Amino acid sequence: MARKKSVTIESLLTPDNNNFDMVQILDEEGKVVNPDILPDLTDDELVDLMSDMVWSRILHQRSTALNRQGRLGFYAPTWGQEASQLGSIKAIEKDDVLLPGYRDVPQLIKHGLPLYQAFLWSRGHVEGNKYPEELQALPPQIIIGAQYVQAAGVALGLKKRNKENVVITYTGDGGTSQGDFYEGINFAGSYHANAIFVVQNNGWAISTPRSLQTAAKTLAQKAVAAGIPGIQVDGMDPLAVYAVTKKAREYVVAGNGPVLIETICYRYGPHTLSGDDPKRYQPEGSMEPWLKKDPLIRMRNYLTEKGLWSEEKEQEVEEKAKEDVKAAIKEADAVPKQKVSTFLKNMFEVAPASIQEQIDAYEAKEAK
Amino acid sequence: MAQKTLIQAVTDALHAELKNDENVLIFGEDVGKNGGVFRATQGLQDEFGEDRVFNTPLAESGIGGLSIGLALEGFRPVAEIQFFGFVFETMDSIVGQAARTRYRMGGTRHLPIVIRSPFGGGVHTPELHSDNLEGLIAQSPGIKVVIPSNPYDAKGLLISAIRDNDPVVFLEHMKLYRSFREEVPDEDYTVPLCKAAVTREGTDVSVITYGAMVREAIKAADNLEKEGISVEIIDLRTVSPLDVETIVKSVEKTNRAVIVQEAQRQAGVGAAVMAELSERAILSLEAPIGRVAAPDTVFPFGQAENDWLPNAKDIEAKVKETVNF
Repeated sequence: MARKKSVTIESLLTPDNNNFDMVQILDEEGKVVNPDILPDLTDDELVDLMSDMVWSRILHQRSTALNRQGRLGFYAPTWGQEASQLGSIKAIEKDDVLLPGYRDVPQLIKHGLPLYQAFLWSRGHVEGNKYPEELQALPPQIIIGAQYVQAAGVALGLKKRNKENVVITYTGDGGTSQGDFYEGINFAGSYHANAIFVVQNNGWAISTPRSLQTAAKTLAQKAVAAGIPGIQVDGMDPLAVYAVTKKAREYVVAGNGPVLIETICYRYGPHTLSGDDPKRYQPEGSMEPWLKKDPLIRMRNYLTEKGLWSEEKEQEVEEKAKEDVKAAIKEADAVPKQKVSTFLKNMFEVAPASIQEQIDAYEAKEAK
Repeated sequence: MAQKTLIQAVTDALHAELKNDENVLIFGEDVGKNGGVFRATQGLQDEFGEDRVFNTPLAESGIGGLSIGLALEGFRPVAEIQFFGFVFETMDSIVGQAARTRYRMGGTRHLPIVIRSPFGGGVHTPELHSDNLEGLIAQSPGIKVVIPSNPYDAKGLLISAIRDNDPVVFLEHMKLYRSFREEVPDEDYTVPLCKAAVTREGTDVSVITYGAMVREAIKAADNLEKEGISVEIIDLRTVSPLDVETIVKSVEKTNRAVIVQEAQRQAGVGAAVMAELSERAILSLEAPIGRVAAPDTVFPFGQAENDWLPNAKDIEAKVKETVNF
């Protein structure tokens, strides 16, 4: 049930909080249902947030098409999760650290990863994972839960360096069943370290429904086991996701320790494009109620009402996204083929004899 | 210079590096105030503070993740896994994550992590404390596995491991912790990683070994010398990657080789050494390569250790078999 009024996000940001009702600001029509917690965003910032989401929707569409054409490799659809992904990352500063899961490529791009590198990651090319020093992020994590324990370490590092920054990490609903999920939030809690843990609950872990992961009524309440605040938010509502993440960030950088955020969302696509088909396991008609909750619809209505958005503006963003994708694919195509000798050189700072021997052998082979 | 046990040499190395580099952090279960279950970190928290030497919650995977995250923030984590039998809880952090980071990020990030952990039989521990699991990590690309056999090497190798910019698993044999003393310089020094040592020179047969089996090999060599058999002992020190050059050089001289490990036959790194020798030194061999290893069972119940663990007698027998082939 959506929270209507008189509960501030601050009041939820305490380890003693036992209120895991869903925080919502915009309803499905884009009406503000919770004006007290409306985030402090300028008109430009609101337009940016909408543009990010539209851009990401196009990226999803194009990524799907490019995957079907064989021009991309591994791809995990993001369609439907725009508010969860872009709303949260918008609340994050450039010097904050991002540890994404495999579905969290849009956040990486917003955090500074060039799009062509994201495409190279999808294809399986090392150049996609060569992150410049200033990009505070790791490549998408394939081992579900590993990003959580690593985030605890980054969070403690930030705290030890006295940085007013956070690490933000993401997993899905299925991921909350992993040991590393619990260890990560528990370690960060134990050290009062600078972490924001996001659970994007899209209802399904491949074919396994959220209800089969746990008998817990919410995933946010798993925070209680770590003694840290947990907040459930409408993950189809960009303003609510942004507001909660922003307040959580303030809470964390003030030295209070980590926060767990559960975003209730839905992916309209399959788990990945590697052969998954939700029709095999989702009851018929599962998607329809969620289509009405589309984050783009409510944000579009909200901004149009305020005179900040129009069909033309949306088309403009869509065109820009398509051009960005086209340029990035071209850039990815131009990246030279990988060499085994380069892989060998990337194993250790100083190649042990056994590696050096193989470098020499492969370099000779590659010179032919 | 002072006579020190292996565990004192470990503490010395940790002390030296905490002092030399403010990014060095030591953490694990009970390594703080308690000084570690074997006293390896004794006094370090008192001297360097809780910021540098601290306890963790009881969760090995969390400790592995903590190491990775701290290394990403520019620290040099020296984490402890209380007993290496507990490595299964953190296999992903070590070989699935830390060992791969430099490679997967094309050299743009690296993780200077040391995982210290006790292991090894002969001290009647409960289950899953003593297992020889070095072979598991040795098979994983991107990580070094170091096993010292004496106090001098322990200090020098650990300082090298901490200064290394790639992950190192540093395994400390429990039976060697306090079983003998040796001269250990007070000042800092390093012993190179990925470099085997010729512990004893000989001419008739090369015994290639590591860890507690080095002591057994020395005992065996002393006895064999009385019978006129001259044994050269190679202590691998770093069991992965292997120092193939030193091994091959020795076998080319002695023309016979016996590999000795405490781990089960199907485990350890013995098979890898044999493979390298087969590939590189077969024309020097006058006998098949001999192997001394534990039987392929689960690590024994405490009371059966003496019957199960390989020892000097097993080495003597195998050396004679090889020399008299």
